[in-house]
Amino acid sequence: MLEVKGLRKVYQAGGREVEALRDLTFTVDRGELVCLVGPSGCGKTTLLRCVAGLLDPSGGEVEVDGKAVDGPPPGMAVVFQEYGRSLFPWMTVKANVELPLKQKKVPKPRRAELVEQSLDAVGLTGNADAYPWQLSGGMQQRVAIARAVAYEPRTLLMDEPFAAVDAQTRADLEDLVRSLWKRLDVTILFVTHDIDESVYLGQRVVMLSSSPTVVQDELTIDLPAERDQLTTRADPRFAELRTKVYQQIQLAKKGA
Amino acid sequence: MTRFRPVLLGAAGLAGLLLVIELAPRTGLVDERFLPPASRILAALAREAGSPAFWAALGDTLVAWALGLAVAAGAGVLAGLVIGSVPALRALTASTVEFLRPIPSVALIPLAVLLYGTGLGSTLMLVCYAAFWQVLVQVLYGVADVDPVAFETARSFRFSPWARVRYVLWPTALPYVFTGVRLAASVALVLAITAELVIGSPGLGKEIAVAQASEAVPAMYALIVVTGLLGVVINVAARFSERRFLAWHQSVRGEI
Amino acid sequence: MSFMRKIGYAVGLPLILFGLWFVLSSGSESFYAPPLGTILTAFGDTWTWPAIRADVLPSLLRLAAGYLLAAVVGVTLGVAIGLDRRLRATVEPVLEFFRAVPPPVLVPVIMLFAGIGDAMKVIVIVFGCVWPILLNTVEGVRAVDSVQLETARAYGVTGPARITRVILPSASPQIAAGLRQALSIAIILMVISEMFAASNGLGFTIVQFQRSFAIPEMWSGIILLGLLGFGLSLLFRLAERRALRWYEGLRAAQRTR
Repeated sequence: MLEVKGLRKVYQAGGREVEALRDLTFTVDRGELVCLVGPSGCGKTTLLRCVAGLLDPSGGEVEVDGKAVDGPPPGMAVVFQEYGRSLFPWMTVKANVELPLKQKKVPKPRRAELVEQSLDAVGLTGNADAYPWQLSGGMQQRVAIARAVAYEPRTLLMDEPFAAVDAQTRADLEDLVRSLWKRLDVTILFVTHDIDESVYLGQRVVMLSSSPTVVQDELTIDLPAERDQLTTRADPRFAELRTKVYQQIQLAKKGA
Repeated sequence: MTRFRPVLLGAAGLAGLLLVIELAPRTGLVDERFLPPASRILAALAREAGSPAFWAALGDTLVAWALGLAVAAGAGVLAGLVIGSVPALRALTASTVEFLRPIPSVALIPLAVLLYGTGLGSTLMLVCYAAFWQVLVQVLYGVADVDPVAFETARSFRFSPWARVRYVLWPTALPYVFTGVRLAASVALVLAITAELVIGSPGLGKEIAVAQASEAVPAMYALIVVTGLLGVVINVAARFSERRFLAWHQSVRGEI
Repeated sequence: MSFMRKIGYAVGLPLILFGLWFVLSSGSESFYAPPLGTILTAFGDTWTWPAIRADVLPSLLRLAAGYLLAAVVGVTLGVAIGLDRRLRATVEPVLEFFRAVPPPVLVPVIMLFAGIGDAMKVIVIVFGCVWPILLNTVEGVRAVDSVQLETARAYGVTGPARITRVILPSASPQIAAGLRQALSIAIILMVISEMFAASNGLGFTIVQFQRSFAIPEMWSGIILLGLLGFGLSLLFRLAERRALRWYEGLRAAQRTR
């Protein structure tokens, strides 16, 4: 369960105040997959960093499982957009996945098990000893997802994770997220600027206005739980939903 | 406010250093004969500044530095361009360069003394030797950095060899030349003062040796401060002119 | 390029140069430039095992002690300064000044404090070497990628692990650059401090040869110093290449992308 209440963030830039987030309130229920979508430059990443406890909000509050966030909460994992910078290039894939577990003081046999399972789950069996930079972009993002999965989080934050991979890889990774979510029973907050992606992935889509950001609208995605790239995207209901989201985003851009 | 605070802190740092040097000998923390208080060092500095011998020594050091640097830079650039643009020559000289470069220039001190005694020649020999490699190696990097596509473009338009050097090779190598000269400038100062100190050729280094031999400790410290300031001035001037001359260049590169 | 041709290129010019030196100097009557043959004979006669034990080994031990101490001090202080913006702003001008002081002028200063024994030479090497290591570490720590730091925080990699697992590896290419600069300074200071005041060591011996006009022996000492400098830089490069293999790979991957 994730609650964002009246969140506000003001940056100081050269003596000037820039209001990035004005007043954001929404919740993500336990086990839900919610997509956050908004026009570019609307402070999505700022919001996510506040939720992750990496940034102190100027006002309002974030609660995870009933506890106010004032630093990265335990049981939360983050997948960053910049996979190339988020993975440590001096460590092998295995060491990258294992490091957070070592910090959590997970015993060694269990660590090995978790690393292996998570690499299997993202389809990277056999790449454990490679270095991240020896892999393609899509595979690097899979490593980052494996690292998050192995951490056994209750909440998973994903910050435009597929913005920098090619379209086909992207479709595969979207399906990977759906299947992991169903298997692992985690709460996922997925930030994206891609409207189709948000409708395809989410149970619910929260639309943000342009900066200074407020919640523009929310929409429940009543598509069947079994989704796949072919039939779901061809579903007339999918088209209706994406049109609705699109209209709201256009409105948001005009500042309505 | 954010602009001048680092300057303020830096000034506080310098003031703190002076205070420590003033108080440590006065409170008996270190022996006053070994480290005189800052005020006495500054007084000695003022005394030096009033003596013609000091200015003559400073002049000698600067002449040796400038002459040595000019010779080394000229030779280094010329050799670098020739060696760098002929692949066979480059392959042939690579091992020799790699062998000669790390030879500590101070190894040549006895030889310089035999050949030139305690004259300017000794200093020049060491300065040139040490500074030459800095320039040469950078120019070689620079020539290797020439975009093959640019070079082939020039060839397909039937540029003469001279025009290829003038319009393709030289502009690419120029930032590297600057880096090489900047590195060489500080190395040249170190070697000039070292030669004067060890061999006794005229200059600041010799004055330091004389002050040490006559146990004029404050004067010795004052002269060392002068060498440090000289080094700072050369570093800052080199960096400034590099930035100034290469402001147009997209590849003004970071620190080596 | 075939292996044989590579070898040919690598040893060709040195062989020619040595050959020229040998031939041109063979009939040399010059007092200062004796025939290479004479120098080589002197090399064999001078640098026997006892002489190496007596003069080269002490030099190398002082070099190693000073260099390693400087590395530990430089990296430790560099991390501390690099992580604290205010501390960095405060000490930066002081550090820039100390870095700009030509290291050999430290010899007379440190002689005041520490006499002319081994301690003096080690301290001189530490004082001369520590600045490039420190300043490069500061730069490296400062340039650690913000996403890497946030990742570490988000996954609970904090405290000592943050420094040893994230900050130090990330700064290591820059630290290596500092260590490389420091190595050549260390060799220079080893020689200089022995030229000033010593009863053994390479620098001392070579100056003795020069003062007693034992010219072929002096030349042999210069050659030995050259070989030493070359050997140490080779050793450093091998160690660097091993430790920073990931960095080479990363850069190669970025270039082709």
